[in-house]
Amino acid sequence: MDSVRELLLLLVGSSLVSNVVLSQFLGLCPFLGVSRKVKTAAGMGTAVIFVITLASAVAGAIHQFILQRLDLEYLDTIVFILVIAALVQFVEMFLKKIIPSLYEALGVYLPLITTNCAVLGVALNNVQAEYGILTGVVNGFATAVGFTIAIVILAGLREKMEYNDIPESFKGMPMVLLTAGLMAIAFTGFSGLL
Amino acid sequence: MNRAGERLINGLVKENPTFVLMLGMCPTLAVTTYAVNGLGMGLATMAVLTMSNLLISILRKMIPNRIRIPAFIVIIASFVTVIQLLMKAYLPDLNKALGVYIPLIVVNCIILGRAESYAYGNPPIPSLFDGLGMGLGFTVALTCIGAVREILAQGSIFGYDIMPGSYVTINIFGLAPGAFFVLAILTALQNYVKIKGKKKGKDYSKLQSGCSEDCLSCPDTGCSKRFYDTGSEKKEEPRVVQSSEELDSEIIMITERTEEDMTIMDLDKEGN
Repeated sequence: MDSVRELLLLLVGSSLVSNVVLSQFLGLCPFLGVSRKVKTAAGMGTAVIFVITLASAVAGAIHQFILQRLDLEYLDTIVFILVIAALVQFVEMFLKKIIPSLYEALGVYLPLITTNCAVLGVALNNVQAEYGILTGVVNGFATAVGFTIAIVILAGLREKMEYNDIPESFKGMPMVLLTAGLMAIAFTGFSGLL
Repeated sequence: MNRAGERLINGLVKENPTFVLMLGMCPTLAVTTYAVNGLGMGLATMAVLTMSNLLISILRKMIPNRIRIPAFIVIIASFVTVIQLLMKAYLPDLNKALGVYIPLIVVNCIILGRAESYAYGNPPIPSLFDGLGMGLGFTVALTCIGAVREILAQGSIFGYDIMPGSYVTINIFGLAPGAFFVLAILTALQNYVKIKGKKKGKDYSKLQSGCSEDCLSCPDTGCSKRFYDTGSEKKEEPRVVQSSEELDSEIIMITERTEEDMTIMDLDKEGN
């Protein structure tokens, strides 16, 4: 019972309280780049949830069963980045062959996440926090959900913002960054949850 | 030697990775709460960048074109691990402060970008200085941003109090939202300079900022590049830069987009 409670706390903590983009600055590139339309943002978010959950499971297993047994923990960074990149490529090929409809929905976004720093960041965080495989997967899933929440909200705001009168120098990225900053302030409100 | 100096200046001023190209924003925002953290992160990145540039340049004729990205990543990741272990041994406090961002140097767009766009097509010595220049530019930028945020949030710089006692600290600049605001103002300033320059007839089309419109922070590497060359894409020959005149006309940001990027952009435009 205790462990279920801990996992639930982790779920809330990783998705809302220490949001991956807004407080840890991981995965900024797709956050700023693919957030112009809610539809594409949601697609990207789904792909990120899929990949991060899978990657944290695989990276956790490799760390626990291979690297730790052989005392090779210092190879974490090298092994993780290669495994994640190969995994994304493999998932892409697999989906294309087996579930074409899912590939249609996610396929475009998969190559974009290959070396997204959020994926590697979650895998490394799991190892540094000494999470087990299950806890790691839950943490990965929660982090990715946090990413999706943030990117969909930002996309919604950007759709509205298109009709606003913005000073010339602030058009484009500066305005998006300011919006993200305001969102980050709003998200600090969640810290009262835990 | 002249060329080496030119490379240094290029990285520091003309193509400063943070202020001009706006590459590698994750660490820039995350670690610049204190000037000393920015300095440490900048130096660590510079060390990795210099060494990986040198090694990739030495090995450039041995790395097959099709698997160059995985090869670059292995080389970069090895150097990052070396730096990480060194920092753990000699600078444990800084290592703790920078945390997961040290191993994340692997996915920093600047490093893969320089490997792809310079080191893979140029001899070792210029590549070494290119890495050094870019690394120095990154270090200076990170230290500056860190110093500004530290002054605003703590009233100190490198840990020394410099503001008068009556100064009220603005804590938000030390927190996550402050980082976004600082970067927003920085980008706005860059836009302002560009708009002014355009009126005078200067051409800035070559300097695409990485954080601009699409997911282009690392157009040909990082986030938008396939890990393997699957053969379906058109193959790009590594670009060899012969003279410094030609260099000026080279665009660091590779603007050619892969098929996937185009699809993303089409999706984005949908319904506009």
